Amino acid sequence: MNEINLLLENKRSSIITDTFKGRKIKDNLFLSIVILFSLITISMVFLIIGTMVFKGFHQINFAFFTQTPPNTFEAMMAKSSGKLIPGGIINGITGSLYMVALASILAIPFGVLIGIYLYENTKKRYASIIRDITDVLQGVPSIVIGLIVYLWVVVNVTKGYSAFAGSVALSIMMLPLIVRSTEESLKMIPDSLKEAAIALGTPYYKVVLRVLVPTSFTGLMTGILLAISRILGETAPLMLTALGNPAINWNVVKPSSAVPLLIWQFYNDPNMVDLIWSSTLFLMGFVLILNLLAKWIAASRKF
Amino acid sequence: MNSDKILKYVLFAASLLILLISGAMVLSLVQGSMPSFHQFGWKFLVSDKWDPTTGREQYGALLFVAGTLFTSILALLIAIPMAFSTSLFVAEYFRNTWMASVVSTLVDLLAGIPSIIYGLWGFYVLRTFIVDIGLSAQGYGIFTSGLILAIMIIPYATSLSNTTIMMVPNELKEAAYSLGATRLEVIWNVIIPNARSGITASYILAFGRALGETLAVTMLIGNSNKMPTGLFSTGNSMASVIANQFGEASGLQLSSLIEIGLLLFVITTVINAVGKYIIKKFA
Repeated sequence: MNEINLLLENKRSSIITDTFKGRKIKDNLFLSIVILFSLITISMVFLIIGTMVFKGFHQINFAFFTQTPPNTFEAMMAKSSGKLIPGGIINGITGSLYMVALASILAIPFGVLIGIYLYENTKKRYASIIRDITDVLQGVPSIVIGLIVYLWVVVNVTKGYSAFAGSVALSIMMLPLIVRSTEESLKMIPDSLKEAAIALGTPYYKVVLRVLVPTSFTGLMTGILLAISRILGETAPLMLTALGNPAINWNVVKPSSAVPLLIWQFYNDPNMVDLIWSSTLFLMGFVLILNLLAKWIAASRKF
Repeated sequence: MNSDKILKYVLFAASLLILLISGAMVLSLVQGSMPSFHQFGWKFLVSDKWDPTTGREQYGALLFVAGTLFTSILALLIAIPMAFSTSLFVAEYFRNTWMASVVSTLVDLLAGIPSIIYGLWGFYVLRTFIVDIGLSAQGYGIFTSGLILAIMIIPYATSLSNTTIMMVPNELKEAAYSLGATRLEVIWNVIIPNARSGITASYILAFGRALGETLAVTMLIGNSNKMPTGLFSTGNSMASVIANQFGEASGLQLSSLIEIGLLLFVITTVINAVGKYIIKKFA
C-alpha cells in the first residue's frame, strides 16, 4: 500500500516537474525568439546605413557640394578610366532647401493656427471632424498628393512643372504633421498656467500669443523639425510636380531639382551609379541630423 | 471688433483650409478620372488589361490592385512577427532599460529613412542577395517588394503597439504571476487580450502605409503589367504604375492613371479610418 502511494507520489511530482519544465522551456524559447527577431529588426538599420557609408563616403568631396552633376558621357569617361565621377549635387541641394523652405512658409503658419484651433475647441463636433480629416490627409499616399498638385498647380497655375508645384505638394504633406504636433504639444501645457493668465484678466488672444505659444515653443519646434525631416526625402510627389533640373534654379515657376530626385535620376542612368550612394549618404545624414536635433530639443523641454 | 473675436475667426478660418484641401482633393481626383470612367465604367475595376497602344487603348486597374494588395499583405505577414517581438522587447521584457531605449531609437530611425533609400538598398543589396541564394533569376517581384515594405512598416507597427502594451495594468500581470504563470503565459493570457485593439490598430495603420508606398516598390516589383502568379512573380502596383507612366501619359491614359490614384486614395483612406476607429472605440 505504502509502495503504491509512493509510486503515485513520484509519478505525480514527475508530472508536475515535467509540465513545469515544459512551460519553462517554452518561456525561454519564446524569449529567445523575441530577442532574435528584435536583433534582426535593428540590424536592418546598420545594414542600410552601413551600405550607404561604405559605398558613398569616397565620393563626398568639395566638388560634391559645389558642382552640378556631370552628363552621362563625362561620368562614363571617368568611370572607364577608374577615376571618381566629377561634379556634385549642388542643384539638388539648393532645390531641396528652396522647396522645403517654401513649403515650410506655406504649411507652418496654417498648421500652427489649425493646431491651436483644435486645442481650443477640443470638445466641438466640428473640431473632431477636422481632426479626423487631418488624419486622413496624413494617410494619403505621397504619389496621390503629387497627382493632385499636378492637376492643381502644374496644369492650372504654373502651366508646367515648377518648384512652386513641388513646394505645394510638400506643404500638403507637412500640414497634417504640424497640425497634430501643435495640438499635442499644447495639450501638454498644464491648465494651471492658462488659468493663471485668465485669472489675471489677460484677454484670450494674449493668452494664446503670450502664454500658450511661447510655453509650447520647444514642442512646436520639435514637430516642425520632424515634419521637415519627413518631407526632405520625399521623391514620388516631386517627380510629378518639380520634375528636375540639371542646373541650379531659383525661379519658382521653373522646374527644379531636389536631392531625392537626383538620386532617382542617377538610379536610372547606369553610368552615374557611384553618385547614388554619396547622394543617399548626404540625404540620410541631413535627415538624421534634423531628427537628432528634434529629439534633443524635445528632451530639453519643460512642458 | 475686439482682438479676441479676430483671433477666434482667424483660427476658424484656418481650420477651413483642411476642409478645402481635402474636398478639392476628392473633387479633382473624381473630375480627372471622369473620361476614363465614362469610357470603361465599373469594368475598370475588374479588367486586367492595360494597353496604351493608340487605337486599341484599354485600361483596367485589377492587376495593379492585385500587385498592391499582394505586396502589402506579404509585407504585413513578415512585419508582424518582427514588430511584435520588437514591441515585447521594448515594452515588456526589457522595459525601461538602456537596451529598450537603444532598440526603440533604432526602430524610430528606420521610420526616418526615406522611401527612395529603401528602394536603392533593396535594389543593390536585397535583390542581389535573393539572386545569389537562387530564389529567383532577376530578383524582382512580389517577394522582394514585400520584404522591403516589411522593413519599412515595422516602425509604424511597433510604435503604437509599444504604448498599448505598456498601458496594460501591472496589477493584472502581477495577479497572473502570483498564480504561477510564466512570462510567456502572462504575455499570452494577460497582455495580448488587454492590448489587442491597440496592437491590431497599429498593424492596420502599418498596412495602410504599405499600400501607398511608391518608389521602393517601383524599383523592386519588376513593373511588368501582368497578373502576379506567385511569390517570385513580377507585377506592378498602383503607386508604381502612376510613378512610371505619368511622365508620358496624356488623354485617356492620364485619366486612367488618375482613376487609379483615386482608387488608391479610397483604399488607403478606408484602411486608415478602420485603424483610427479601432483606436477610438477600444482605447
